[in-house]
Amino acid sequence: MTSPGLDPEGTRIQLIATSDDVVRARQLVRTLAVGCGLSLVDQTKLVTAASELARNTLSYGGGGTMSALPVERNGRRGVRLSFTDEGPGIPDIDLALRDGWSSGSGMGLGLSGARRLVDEFELRTVVDEGTTVTVVKWSR
Amino acid sequence: MTSRREELAQGWIEVVSSTLARRVSRTELDQELHELYGAILEALRRGGVDAAGEHYAEVRALLNEISRNRARQGFSPAETAIGVFALKRGLEPLLDEGSAEDVAAYLALARLTDDLGMFTVDAYAATREQIISAQAEELLELSTPVVKLWDGIIGVPLVGTLDSARTQVVMEKLLQALVDTGSAHAIIDITGVPAVDTEVAQHLLKTVVAARLMGAECIVSGIRPQIAQTIVALGIEFGDIVTKATLADALRHALRRSPGALGGAGSAA
Amino acid sequence: MSERLPILRIGGNLLVSIQADLDDQTVMNLQEDLAEHVVRHGARGVIIDITAAEIVDSFVGRMLSTIASISRLLDAETVVVGMRPAVAITLVELGLSLGGVRTALNLEQGLAILAERSSAGPAAR
Repeated sequence: MTSPGLDPEGTRIQLIATSDDVVRARQLVRTLAVGCGLSLVDQTKLVTAASELARNTLSYGGGGTMSALPVERNGRRGVRLSFTDEGPGIPDIDLALRDGWSSGSGMGLGLSGARRLVDEFELRTVVDEGTTVTVVKWSR
Repeated sequence: MTSRREELAQGWIEVVSSTLARRVSRTELDQELHELYGAILEALRRGGVDAAGEHYAEVRALLNEISRNRARQGFSPAETAIGVFALKRGLEPLLDEGSAEDVAAYLALARLTDDLGMFTVDAYAATREQIISAQAEELLELSTPVVKLWDGIIGVPLVGTLDSARTQVVMEKLLQALVDTGSAHAIIDITGVPAVDTEVAQHLLKTVVAARLMGAECIVSGIRPQIAQTIVALGIEFGDIVTKATLADALRHALRRSPGALGGAGSAA
Repeated sequence: MSERLPILRIGGNLLVSIQADLDDQTVMNLQEDLAEHVVRHGARGVIIDITAAEIVDSFVGRMLSTIASISRLLDAETVVVGMRPAVAITLVELGLSLGGVRTALNLEQGLAILAERSSAGPAAR
């Protein structure tokens, strides 16, 4: 792969519309993580982060999609996940990333917890338009 | 060069083998260099003296293998490169009797050997890098033993400087050992650790919390005065983690708290 | 896809094994079913075996805490057994502490905790 991250061919899309889809998203991420040579601990961290983010997409965003693809940089392999919804968006990002904050029924660990489990974390949100969270986990 | 193949090859092998002084068997060298010589001739015949060109793929593959072997066997880079540079020296006698054309050819060939020589040094260095990183990994494994101290009590004596990567390896190894041995107590002894930084202290702390989540208790023993000062100065909260001055104190504490270990003495945590 | 996990009885205790990747509804069902079983059988202890669970996210973690709280109100102690190291490391990073949940390395040690509690009487701990 010469242009990692830009190659649309390896991208897998998972619809997130029901709680069964959260299970499917976890399974897809697990398969990719194993394929990219992530250690058992890193696999577990990434799958857990995916579970948190997929559930956020479902409960706060009103559903959406997860796109997942293997990436490569400087000889290291990894997995990139993007969770996109067209929900209400997040008015105060700093607040949303603080531990214990939650606008729904969760414990508020979703976003901030997921961020600690991955190597790269990017949050883009526009009020009334939607939210996209992109994370990357690299193999050690 | 083709016509005087044997003569030149012999001269070359002579120079190389005198340098490598019996550390590589004559037959091995003979075969290696003849193969290489053949490949170089073939590449010259098919065109060009561009060492990076496609005609030299075979030559580069051979040199790569020779360089890797030399690196593994503990030869120096110079001893490895001589194999190529000696070819030049082998050609020198030919200059005396040669024409201007021969001299030009020799110079072109000299440049080629220089390039190929550089290539061997690069290949040699790459192999050494691999060996070093493999050894570092092995050392990491060796330097973090998990030992059984008693029924239901394991110990991790840490010696030397702890960095983040090593602490993480210890953390995972310790937790796995808890499961494998069914030990509800672990003692992390850091008597041999001269200093810790914030990150390492955090990793230790997380190990203890993770063990507790799994149903096991960790005791940290042998904290040096400097480390205690660091921990407090950095404001790291060690919370309700049990710490003991020595490994012996920690073991006594663990024994008192594990009901089965000393015939049912004491009560569980 | 949601299902109901089998709840086994061992002496005065209940045992549930989480075998696969659970969807949220199955997790909610388990919470209900356990409370009902504790009362119906007068159980003194509940063991939740998560040896086979590859991950525990905040949703499942919260369920474990809730089950422990509900059981305690019904005079039963909950012990979670068999958490994998990778799961424990992830939970620590996630910031989830499983408050109020007792844990043990394996089923045997979990049962020992419950046995000790019942022999010491309900006031213990």
